[in-house]
Amino acid sequence: MDIRRRNNVTLVGPVGGPTVVLAHGFGCDQNMWRLVVPALAQRHRVVLFDYVGCGGSDLASWNAQRYSSLHGYAQDVAEVCRELDLRDAVFVGHSVSAMVGVLAAESVPERIGALVMVAPSPCYVDDEGYRGGFSTEDIEELLAALESNYLGWSSAMAPVIMGNPQRPELGQELTNSFCATDPDIARVFARTTFLSDSREDLKRVAVPTLVLECSQDVIAPREVGAYVHAAIPSSRLVTLDATGHCPQLSAPGATADAVLDFLAGLR
Amino acid sequence: MRRVGEEPGPFDDSTSTHAAFTALLEDSAEDLYEQAPCGYLSTLMDGTIARINATLLGWLGLERAAVVGRMRFADLLTVGGKLYHETHFAPLLRMQGEVRGIALEMRAQDGNDGRLPVLVSSVIRHGSGGEPLLIRTTVTDASDRRSYETELLRRREEAERARAEAEQARAAAEAALRQAQRDRQRLAEALAALQKSLVPSSLPAVPGLEAAVYYHTASPDRLGGDFYDLFPVGGGRWAFFLGDVCGKGPEAASLTSLTRYTLRAAALHDPEPAAALTVLNAVLHEHYAAAGDPRYCTAVFGLLEREGDDGRVNVRVASGGHPPSLVLRADGSSAFLPTPGGLLVGILPEASFTTARTVLGPGDCLLLYTDGLTEARTGPTRESLFGDDALLAFAADHAPAGPREIIEALTVLLKGFGDGLDDDTALLALGVPAVRPAPVPSTHCTP
Repeated sequence: MDIRRRNNVTLVGPVGGPTVVLAHGFGCDQNMWRLVVPALAQRHRVVLFDYVGCGGSDLASWNAQRYSSLHGYAQDVAEVCRELDLRDAVFVGHSVSAMVGVLAAESVPERIGALVMVAPSPCYVDDEGYRGGFSTEDIEELLAALESNYLGWSSAMAPVIMGNPQRPELGQELTNSFCATDPDIARVFARTTFLSDSREDLKRVAVPTLVLECSQDVIAPREVGAYVHAAIPSSRLVTLDATGHCPQLSAPGATADAVLDFLAGLR
Repeated sequence: MRRVGEEPGPFDDSTSTHAAFTALLEDSAEDLYEQAPCGYLSTLMDGTIARINATLLGWLGLERAAVVGRMRFADLLTVGGKLYHETHFAPLLRMQGEVRGIALEMRAQDGNDGRLPVLVSSVIRHGSGGEPLLIRTTVTDASDRRSYETELLRRREEAERARAEAEQARAAAEAALRQAQRDRQRLAEALAALQKSLVPSSLPAVPGLEAAVYYHTASPDRLGGDFYDLFPVGGGRWAFFLGDVCGKGPEAASLTSLTRYTLRAAALHDPEPAAALTVLNAVLHEHYAAAGDPRYCTAVFGLLEREGDDGRVNVRVASGGHPPSLVLRADGSSAFLPTPGGLLVGILPEASFTTARTVLGPGDCLLLYTDGLTEARTGPTRESLFGDDALLAFAADHAPAGPREIIEALTVLLKGFGDGLDDDTALLALGVPAVRPAPVPSTHCTP
C-alpha cells in the first residue's frame, strides 16, 4: 500500500522549505492543526498525516497488535519520513504524539532533527514518586465515555468519510463528523495513549526539543511539563497562556509563534 | 427585562385558550432560563462558567456563588468525562463551532453513585468580527437513557461473551475431535498389530502344496474372532488349523491368542489332530470355564503328510464343533468331509474328538471356512442365509479349482454380499497342484 495514501499525507507550504511534520494526538486527526498551518506554511514545508486508524487513513491497514504499542505509531512516522525522504525535519507531536516522536527520532535519527512536544505527558497514570494526574480507574471511565459516544461514526457512513478525505462535505451531514473514528480502533488508541509509560524513553532524547505546555491543562498539568523538561537536557520549556489540552486550537497564534521561534533558533 | 406577555396575543377568539396563553406568556424569560427542564450554562472560551441556571445547580447540588467565575465547565465533569472533554469535546467544538448530544457524566451531590449521566450540546457564540466570544451549553438529564443504553451495552457484552464462549466450546470440541481421531488412529494401529499376532502375516511356502487364504474382519477397528495357521511340525509334516472363537473384541482376541499358541505348542508335542484339540480343550476349560467364565471356540485341526512320491498328500482332520471342510476334486466333484461328534472346544472338562481322513491328489483342493461364509445374509432383503447347500453348489460349479482359484472366486462372492457379510470370515484352501510342481509361492489374500 502506498504510504501517502495509507496515512493520508498532506503537504503544504513552499517546496524546499525547512520541513515541519505535524502529528495529531488521540481523539482527532490532522484537522487539529488547521488553525496553525497557515502561519507555519508561510516559510516551511508542512507535512500533515493521520495515523493508521484515524481520520482519512486506510482503515484496512490497521491491526490491533501493531497499534497497541506506541512503537506501532512511531513506525508510521518513520515510514512517512522515509517515503518523503525527509532530512532533519522538525517533528511536532501533540499529546501522545510527543512520545511517539521520541521513539521515531530514535529509529530514524537522520530524518528527525528536532522535536516539539505539545502538551506532552510521558505517563498519565500516577506512580510512586510521580504524579501523572490519573488512576487506572479514571482511564476506564474515559473508555466508558468512548463507548457512549460514537461521534458521528456510523459503519454505513464510514466508507464515505474515510474514502473521501479530500471531500469533507460528504461527511458534513453527520453531526460531530470531524474526528469520526471506528470505536474499536479508538478504544485501542485510548488504551495505548493513556496506559503507556514513556518516562525511560525521555532520557535518551538527544535532539533539540521544545516542550510546549499550557498554563491550564487537566490532561498534562504543569507538574508533568516540568518533569519532561527536566528529563530532557536538550529541551526548552515554554508555557503558553492557554486553557485546555489543545493550544493549537485554543491559542493558535501563540502556539504558532512559539513553534516558529523555536524553528528560527535551530538555524 | 421586558415582559413578552404584554404584547397582544393573536388568539382572541376563544376565551379559555386566551386565558391559558395569558398565563403562559406571563412566564418571564428569566424564569424560563432558570427553571427550564434542562440545564443551561454559558462559559468564556477558556471554560470559565459565567452563567448557570438553577435547574443545573439543583441537579449538581452546587451554590451559584461557588460556581460562577470560579469553576470551569470541565470541573463539573467526572475524571473520565474530563479526559473525554479535553480529547474530543473541546477540539470538536473549536473546529465545528458546535457539538451536539455528547454523552458525559457530571459530578452530582446525590443520585447514582454521585454521577449524573447527561447529554451535552454546545455552541460557540461569535462576535461581530467573527471572533469566538463565549460557549453556550445545554445539559439534559440522561439518567434513564443511560440506564437503557447500559442495559443494551450489557446485553451486547453478554451476547459477545456468549459468542466467545461458543467459539471456545467449538474450538474445544474440535480439539477433542482431533484428539479422538488421533486416539482412534493409535487404537487402530494397536489393534492391527495385535491382529497380526493372531493370524500369520503370510503363509509359509509348503513343498508340493499350494495354499491360499482369505481373512476378513467385520470392522477394521475390531479384532477378529476367526483364526488360522499353517506351520511345519517336523518330519516333513505340516499342521494347519482354522477356527472361530466366541465373542468379539479384546476378550475374543485374548481367547484367540491363547488358542493359536496352545495349538502350535500342542502340535509340536503331538501333531495328531485329536490330540491337539484335546490339549486345547483342557487348556481353555481350565482357563475359562473352570474360572467361571465359560468361553469356547470351534476349530478344525489338520495334519498333512506326503503319501508316496506322486505328490499325493494324506490329510487327517479333527473338528471341534466346526463346520465340515469341503473337498474339490480334480475330477470336478466336490463333497464335505464330515467330522462328526466334535464338541465345542473348551465347554466340557473332557472332550473327545474323532479324526477324518482323506487324500489330496494332484488337482484336489481342501477348503476350510468359518461360518461367516455360510451364515452370510443373502437375497434382496438380506433375510436368508447363504448356507451349506449353496456353498456345496458353488464348489461344484467351480471344481476343479486350485486353492488360489477357489479363494479368488469366493472373495468375489463375499464382496457381492456387501453388508450381508456382517461377521468375521476366514477361508483357508490347501491343494496339490494339478501338474507336478516345484513349490509354488503361496498367496495371501485379504480384502
